[in-house]
Amino acid sequence: MKPRPFDYARPDTVDEALALLAEYGDDARILAGGQSLIPMLNLRLIDAKVLIDISRLAALDAISDHGDMIEVGAAVTQNKLMAWPGLDDKLPLVAAALPYVGHFQTRNRGTVCGSIAHADPSSELPLALAVLGGEVVLRSKQRGERILAAQAFQKDMLTTAREPDELVAAVRFPVLAGQGVAFREVARRHGDFAIIAIAAVFRNQELHLGAGGLSGRPQVLRVPAEDYPHLLANDVVRFVEGLEGYDDLHASAAMRRDLFRNLASGVVGEAMRCAA
Amino acid sequence: MRRVNRSERVRVALTLNGRRLAAEAEPRMLLSDFLRQSLGATGTHVGCEHGICGACTVLIDGVAQRACLTLAVQAEGRDVRTVESLAAADGALNPLQAAFRNNHALQCGFCTPGILMSFTDLLARNPHPSEGEIREVLSGHLCRCTGYANIVAAIKEAANGTAGAAPNPSP
Ligand code: FES
Ligand code: FES
Repeated sequence: MKPRPFDYARPDTVDEALALLAEYGDDARILAGGQSLIPMLNLRLIDAKVLIDISRLAALDAISDHGDMIEVGAAVTQNKLMAWPGLDDKLPLVAAALPYVGHFQTRNRGTVCGSIAHADPSSELPLALAVLGGEVVLRSKQRGERILAAQAFQKDMLTTAREPDELVAAVRFPVLAGQGVAFREVARRHGDFAIIAIAAVFRNQELHLGAGGLSGRPQVLRVPAEDYPHLLANDVVRFVEGLEGYDDLHASAAMRRDLFRNLASGVVGEAMRCAA
Repeated sequence: MRRVNRSERVRVALTLNGRRLAAEAEPRMLLSDFLRQSLGATGTHVGCEHGICGACTVLIDGVAQRACLTLAVQAEGRDVRTVESLAAADGALNPLQAAFRNNHALQCGFCTPGILMSFTDLLARNPHPSEGEIREVLSGHLCRCTGYANIVAAIKEAANGTAGAAPNPSP
């Protein structure tokens, strides 16, 4: 399929991009990697009046180490982050999640921020950002910069707190050196969207257990370490029961909950072993 | 800033397989169509047009990507390489292509150009990939006739530099 017509703009600076967003608002779409946007345009699931191509903006193509946070700019591709030398040490959960994101060929172009801005409820990077308690940096021409916690940013399926004139300029992953993490997902084929995804992190005497694919956005359960493993099974059951899930072609909501209930303890165990 | 209106056709210049070429495109034209229809390079195939099948995979600045998920205007000024760049001028196959031939790694060949370009990228980054790494990259392609075992064998042979060692199938 071919997309319906749209205007194309390739700004030379971030300010030009923000000016275009201020002018067009909801009629504009940011084109970064295009690995979610262009399929939707090609299939005519969505329309855009203008595409604002930020993929060549060098100012957005940076991974910066702020000590306790790693900031990833809006033009950084998933494979660029995967090849970043500090990844395994500083962001082990992201390192574990990235191989599940699409395929080699789509990661070569798809961006980290684009995946988070797209806010698919089963995608891996929004889940990793939520479980780590990361942040999203939004910029607009009128109001400058604001920072939102991951959980405040993603509101529901494909829905975020981004205002129409705002650009997701960067995301910030908290550094998690030397702590236990694990990531697993269930999909029909490698590289497909997850039916469910599970992420576990031990941090500050707490277990953070994240669920993707069980509601409109990633959900995080926190269990104090002294309660683990005694209370965990009950906590997981209660947690999962509280999530409505959703039915689609790949799985029913009930199947998603069952998968999570059955796999969560294994993922937690793996995270504990790597913390030890 | 580059701005193109929806109905405007602009000249898009890029380097295709080492040659500077240009043709007109409107914003919504996909790179896959631009290569095939405007530049006449029909080696790149088009299957699904939404990023799933991998048939359209090309190298842009040396990196394997989906041409169907790239606008022609986005490739402006870029270095694009397609399957046409692989064989020598006299038609001699390069080692990766020869390994595909030796291992019967294609039947209809529809998926092959994309697979060859993906592994041109992978082998440049990682000349000796493990079978797991080969399969991971191959998972970004669909082949409906050959079966993947022979494709994996061909890539291993190319990576081990043993292309030509296997007996050539009779023509
Ligand atoms: S045609 Fe591009 S991935 Fe199928
Ligand atoms: S050889 Fe026919 S689709 Fe792969």
